[in-house]
Amino acid sequence: MMTELVLLVDAYLVDALPEIWFGAVMFSLAMYMILDGFDFGIGMLYATRDDDHEKKTFLTAFGPVWDANEVWVVAFGTMLLAAFPRVYSRVLADHYLLAIGFVLALLFRGLGPEMREQRDDERWKRYWDYSFVGGSFFAPLLFGTLAGRWIFDAPTLSMPALLTGVGLVAVSVATGAAFLAAKTRPRLASDLRMYGIIATLAYLIGAIALLTTVVVTDSGGTAEIVLSLPVGMIVVLSAVAGGGGSVLALRGKYRAWLVSALGLPALLSLLVALLLYPTIYPPTGLTVREAVVSPLALNLVTILGFPALLLVLWYFKFLYGVFSGPIEDEGYKN
Amino acid sequence: MFSTVLPDVLIQGWALQLSPELASRAQFGWTISVHIIFASLSVGLAPFIVYFTWKDVRTDDERFTRLRSFWVKVFAAGFVMGTVTGIPMSFQFGTNFPQFAEVAGELIGGPLAFEAKMAFFLEAVFLGVLLFGQERVSDQTYILSSVLVGVGAWLSAFWILIVNAWMQTPQGFEMITRNGVEVAKLTDPLAAFFTPRMPWMYIHMVNASVISVALLVAGVSAYIVWKKRDAAAWNTALKLAVIILLVTAPLQAVHGDAYGRHVADTQPQKFAAMEAHYETGTADLHLLAFPKSIDAITDPKAENLFTVSLPGVGSFLATGGDFDAEVLGLNEYEENPPVAMVFWSFRFMVGLGFLFIGLALWGGYLIYNGRLSESNRFLKTMIAASPLGYAALLTGWYVTEIGRQPWVIQGELRTSEAVSSTLNGTEATLTLVGFVVIYIGLILVALHVLRWLVEDELRELGVKVPDDDRWYGPVPKVSDDD
Ligand code: HDD
Ligand code: HEM
Ligand code: HEM
Repeated sequence: MMTELVLLVDAYLVDALPEIWFGAVMFSLAMYMILDGFDFGIGMLYATRDDDHEKKTFLTAFGPVWDANEVWVVAFGTMLLAAFPRVYSRVLADHYLLAIGFVLALLFRGLGPEMREQRDDERWKRYWDYSFVGGSFFAPLLFGTLAGRWIFDAPTLSMPALLTGVGLVAVSVATGAAFLAAKTRPRLASDLRMYGIIATLAYLIGAIALLTTVVVTDSGGTAEIVLSLPVGMIVVLSAVAGGGGSVLALRGKYRAWLVSALGLPALLSLLVALLLYPTIYPPTGLTVREAVVSPLALNLVTILGFPALLLVLWYFKFLYGVFSGPIEDEGYKN
Repeated sequence: MFSTVLPDVLIQGWALQLSPELASRAQFGWTISVHIIFASLSVGLAPFIVYFTWKDVRTDDERFTRLRSFWVKVFAAGFVMGTVTGIPMSFQFGTNFPQFAEVAGELIGGPLAFEAKMAFFLEAVFLGVLLFGQERVSDQTYILSSVLVGVGAWLSAFWILIVNAWMQTPQGFEMITRNGVEVAKLTDPLAAFFTPRMPWMYIHMVNASVISVALLVAGVSAYIVWKKRDAAAWNTALKLAVIILLVTAPLQAVHGDAYGRHVADTQPQKFAAMEAHYETGTADLHLLAFPKSIDAITDPKAENLFTVSLPGVGSFLATGGDFDAEVLGLNEYEENPPVAMVFWSFRFMVGLGFLFIGLALWGGYLIYNGRLSESNRFLKTMIAASPLGYAALLTGWYVTEIGRQPWVIQGELRTSEAVSSTLNGTEATLTLVGFVVIYIGLILVALHVLRWLVEDELRELGVKVPDDDRWYGPVPKVSDDD
């Protein structure tokens, strides 16, 4: 018994715990990119609507879930801090304006829909619409650019950083369109699928351009990883998910389209994880093993945090269960 | 670095540029001050929401339907504001104080991650159900959702205060070197989570949130009752708020008194600043203090204040019984916090604390006489007092946080050492200005929304409300009807 307690202090619960935590942090990043990604997509596609009724439908799809989705970025940040404090510090401090710009974009995105409903006044509504759309566009753009800088050790105004930002915008539009199509009536859905398909193609082209640039310039020493088999498989799978999804969309199979569209950000997160392992902070060459906290701290957050994570996943199942199915004319009644 | 993107001209030519340290501190202090208002609104309003929801679903009493629907709207708007101002908070540890995040990562990372996973998710998910799901879930689940939203808010205060309490009375760690930096290594989780400060802070903070919301509820109810005497729901709400104040306001003062003793034990320098006690020796307690001159405002020392003081009671308080005990004075330290801020903030909070007790007793007396909704003077006073809970809450935090300076982790890490070394003054000033402008807008929007909700309620009660767009400030313009 005593020896076990000592083990808790002196050694990781399992030898691979630092790697497991790297995986857990990347998992919350993936959840964020998938779930808030389609929220951003809803926000950007919202700009294409003039009809107030359709706007309402969009906001209804967004309303009950966005906040829970957004919390994944807090989970990502705080889990990064808990397991790899140095990486959390450097990533945020070294990309100061991008990080602050991102949180401010989230601020405008979050306030928009909620404040819009507070007053029946055309001008008031219009400004909050701008806030919603603008925030939904800049948040993925800045988040992606920040991620690009981090992964590829590249300046803000460089192809790898900007393409990552634009790629995240495109994939968000694609998943947003699929999500909305699955939640709305056929006429609106068939109108939205064109946006979704164009965004999917843009994303795939952008991703290829990004990877090509990276291989040519060897940004952050990632060329070798990009040319490896797993990355190749991710590219192929993304093309299949994107192409297959587009076909499903054209055939009106919107739920199936949604599933394959969500595969895109999931695969993208996997790509990020591959690129960041084991050098979790390329600018300083810091590896997962070097950056990780001591055994006791990591064991503790594992024992308390993993059950909590499972519970969170259950909440999400519950939440999406409550708000499943297409949106009726009156929305989800209050 | 980004500084290469921003032209150098701008960096040198900008007269108003602040140092990264000053700008970061101002930014953190300002953004948390705004966040805490909305966060404590959630913490304090949650029990009200649970009560109203439960009554509404269980009794079909029209009063509670009204109250629930009104306060849930306030809660929802406040929650969004809390969320959008909370996310910048969790990022600023990294953007502005990365050395702090790195040094303290093992100690604060866990609680912050638990806050996200155990509290924020809970709150966000079940608020979705509470706001949009009444038709889609059973009554039980609906009531449960309101409870879980509240539990989420209280848990998030719990985890974040573990972090802050550790910063005041750090323990359960040892300093080691990792990657060339001296960082804190967790050695005793229980000690690190349950620091001596934690229970004090949690009780005082949660109670402060309830007091602040009770005052807000009382103020809004008083306003509506004043406009329409027989608004049954709002008479109920006013009475409820007064009763809650009757319990919580005295509790806060009693608790705060003991809390002060604990601060004297654990952070003597802060206690000395709270009492403007410079020379080590017997400390008097300045019950009331008035500045004799401008100097006394910026640099409070006993000799430049008119004070009503209890001789030796400072010592008595600090030690719990000894009038002659020696209390360490500020002159013992090389570097002190800005004494004036701490000294006056403390007096402001305590003064308001006693004011709230007075208001509660007045209201209690009126309830006893059955005249609660008849006294115009009481109603108007409550309307004017509605934002004061937040004033006390903020100044209390200024005592805690500014009183801890120059340390960010008491005795371990200075705030100046915690600031980002890669941040330049231009970037820091730029974002500070951005946060100030945007958050002022946010507060104005929040006040407008509250006003519109109140006006809608009045309209539904049949009171004529002018449909203009002007904002007169938190105290409504008085028409001559009393
Ligand atoms: C409605 C708000 C409110 C009211 C009426 C009071 N307080 Fe308070 N006080 C707070 C809200 C607050 C706070 C903002 O919530 C603080 C900051 C940190 C904390 O734990 O609570 C605080 C901190 C705080 C501290 C600790 C400072 C530190 O940690 O360094 C002391 C000694 C007191 N208070 C004492 C009092 C006394 C003697 C009161 C007498 C009436 C009082 N408070 C009323
Ligand atoms: C919620 C109410 C709070 C308020 C109103 C508040 C206010 C402030 C203020 C005004 C300062 C600046 C002090 C100075 O520079 O002289 C400060 C510092 C600081 N506080 Fe708090 N604080 C609060 C809670 C917290 C919590 C919960 C944490 C941590 C979890 C925290 C972490 C810090 C840190 C890291 C600093 C140092 C940076 C700085 O000096 O600005 N604060 N706080
Ligand atoms: C005493 C101080 C604090 C208390 C009591 C508190 C409490 C809360 C509460 C109740 C919420 C839920 C939103 C709401 O209901 O308004 C919230 C949101 C949030 N807070 Fe704070 N907070 C404090 C300080 C901080 C600090 C210092 C940080 C930074 C680490 C922080 C980070 C956040 C974040 C990220 C959110 C958003 C969560 C979401 O998206 O739902 N808070 N806070």
